[in-house]
Amino acid sequence: MPKVPVEVKELAAVFRVGNFNEVVTGYSQEEALSEASRCIQCKNPTCISGCPVNINIKKFIYQITQQDYAGAYFTIRATNNFPSICGRVCPAEYQCRKVCVLNKNKAGNVSSEAINIHFLERFIGDYGMQHNLTVSQKNNLSKNKIAVIGTGPAGLCCAGELARNGVKVIVFEALHSCGGVLRYGIPNFRLPREILDAEINYLIKLGVEFKTNLLVGKSITLDELFRQGFSKIFLGLGAGVPSFLGITGENLCNIYSANEFLTRVNLMSAYKFPQYHTPVNIGKHVLVVGGGNTALDAARCALRLQKIQGIKPSVKIIYRRTEMQMPARQLEIQHAKEEGVEFKFLVQPKEFIANDRGFVGELTCLNCQLGDQDVSGRKRSEVIAGSDFNLPCDLAIIAIGLKANQVLSSVTLGLKTDKYKDIIVSPKNMETSIKNVFAGGDIVGGEGTVIEAMGMAKKAAVGMLQNS
Amino acid sequence: MKIISKEVIADYAGVRIVRLLIIAPEISQKALVGQFVVVMTTETGERIPLTIVQADPQGKIITLIFQEVGLTTKALGALNVGDNLYALLGPLGKPTQIKNYGKVILIGGGVGIAEIYPVAKSLKQAGNNITMIIGARNKELLILENELKDIADKIFLVTDDGSAGVQGFTTLVLEDLFKQDKYDLVYAVGPIPMMSKVSAISRLSNTKAIVSLNALMVDATGMCGCCRVTVAGEVKFSCVDGPEFEAEKIDWEELGKRNTMYLDKEQHICKIII
Repeated sequence: MPKVPVEVKELAAVFRVGNFNEVVTGYSQEEALSEASRCIQCKNPTCISGCPVNINIKKFIYQITQQDYAGAYFTIRATNNFPSICGRVCPAEYQCRKVCVLNKNKAGNVSSEAINIHFLERFIGDYGMQHNLTVSQKNNLSKNKIAVIGTGPAGLCCAGELARNGVKVIVFEALHSCGGVLRYGIPNFRLPREILDAEINYLIKLGVEFKTNLLVGKSITLDELFRQGFSKIFLGLGAGVPSFLGITGENLCNIYSANEFLTRVNLMSAYKFPQYHTPVNIGKHVLVVGGGNTALDAARCALRLQKIQGIKPSVKIIYRRTEMQMPARQLEIQHAKEEGVEFKFLVQPKEFIANDRGFVGELTCLNCQLGDQDVSGRKRSEVIAGSDFNLPCDLAIIAIGLKANQVLSSVTLGLKTDKYKDIIVSPKNMETSIKNVFAGGDIVGGEGTVIEAMGMAKKAAVGMLQNS
Repeated sequence: MKIISKEVIADYAGVRIVRLLIIAPEISQKALVGQFVVVMTTETGERIPLTIVQADPQGKIITLIFQEVGLTTKALGALNVGDNLYALLGPLGKPTQIKNYGKVILIGGGVGIAEIYPVAKSLKQAGNNITMIIGARNKELLILENELKDIADKIFLVTDDGSAGVQGFTTLVLEDLFKQDKYDLVYAVGPIPMMSKVSAISRLSNTKAIVSLNALMVDATGMCGCCRVTVAGEVKFSCVDGPEFEAEKIDWEELGKRNTMYLDKEQHICKIII
């Protein structure tokens, strides 16, 4: 039995930085078989509890070893509607792989011995997609129709769960294209558009109807949806509003929120300008502020834009703590390093300085040191007074997190929110303070992962099905 | 999203201002004065905001008026009756607060004239006394003159070249009006230099001025922050907190610069595609 973990194939950094093609090319059948055979099929598997939607990991890996790929697919699909997406974007190293018994490093970064569960999931998801496998669907158990607001991970997952249970689902999306953060946020090189389109088409095959260009709260209210005959509503609104640093010069030209930069590049395809008409600027010295996956996505997009436009790549990520505290996925940090993204740790922005045309020219920074643990359990970053220094910066991207979008909550009487303006739900079934209105994803828990949003959406779907 | 009427309401030396009537049942029912829509002409196009000039819920129609200035407005102007837009989202933004303020001056510069039209109509219905100043480069580009004359208690026409009304700038007329009388509110839409001048003049006369900003936008639902503007020292998003703000609180210099962010790209794409 091979004991060596099967490394996944990737495009070499030199070949991938000039385009937006997918970096990780995935397992072949042989590789998947070999990796699956490393699983020791624990009597009491811990990996399953590490998955927010409790995929029966032990079973699907066993099915792979038996070359029953269709069986493995249906095992995953029993609890996860989007294996091809999750297999690509789940931070498995913090979830299932972290609690895999083969992981030798329980405290820090997951060790390479832990089974590459996510790559196996991706292999099976793509297999199912290529072989047009479809799960069985209950026939019209309920005469009611349910409205799902938002087409991000939570909305798509909730719609899938409901549709499989025979409910008529209509999904509303404000943008012209569906997928939410999976489309506007996560770049093609991590999640190809064809994969996302295929997963959405799968829902359409289940009878889910998508209505784009409708902003619930503006175009239509929740009351009106109920009057149109929807028996229940699910809010998967996401955490939509970008936070800024609040420092001097932050509104200079060429300072973007990560959301804007990524939306231009990913949703609007600005990297194909002028064939696509939405512009995005790029600079010679790009600074990205933040330490999460969004910061890395933005940095890697910026580096590709520099390369495509013949600019010598120079992208620095500025993070006020150290690599150990970065919330980003290890794999993405590693990919960014391979591609030439530089990291400036223990540095905090102080002030953006303009050039003579009102564009950003420099960033004044401060050095930091790590202090005691803060409420998040991470070591606090403390500024070292008088440590000011300047970095050249002709384009900056702020990726320091998101807040709740209040477009809907501000016009919906009785919808209770917390101090962060996140929607308050019953932990039992995800129902909000308004009867028959449920919610899940980032609008409930603040920023989380794709699979966490899906976990909440599934719980909400169960709650909605119980009394429909 | 189907275009059912198209009219070129001004055409001078290649500068065209176009009026489109578009079937938009939901938007026409919801739209309030001062709100806007986001339009995409094609799948490869930009998302651009345009003020809803008129909404007819019975006919399920909205009216948009725009000047062909960049690639996207030119592409929109090239569409014909029967064509469909690729995307249309709205109504967006906060509506104008319509009430009886008393004596109101409305100022429209260029295609901004179209945007003050619905506001003027509603303010008139709310009992306000309406003085209007509308300005453009020349007589040909001075739009909606007749419609506005029907609403206004007093109207001043201004052109850069004097081919209609007074020669000069709308703000000169505003200064004159303040010398003669007191007003309760100023409402202005036009180019940024005009609006910032209106702001300064109104402030000197202790009169509140409201402007509707045309910031650059992408999603226009509060998600990206492209349209951010500093108002009273705080960062606001034009799309969800605006598009109207109290003029004297706006950081005009910053806004002016932000709106030039893509000038070179705009010139580039217009050169190669048109």
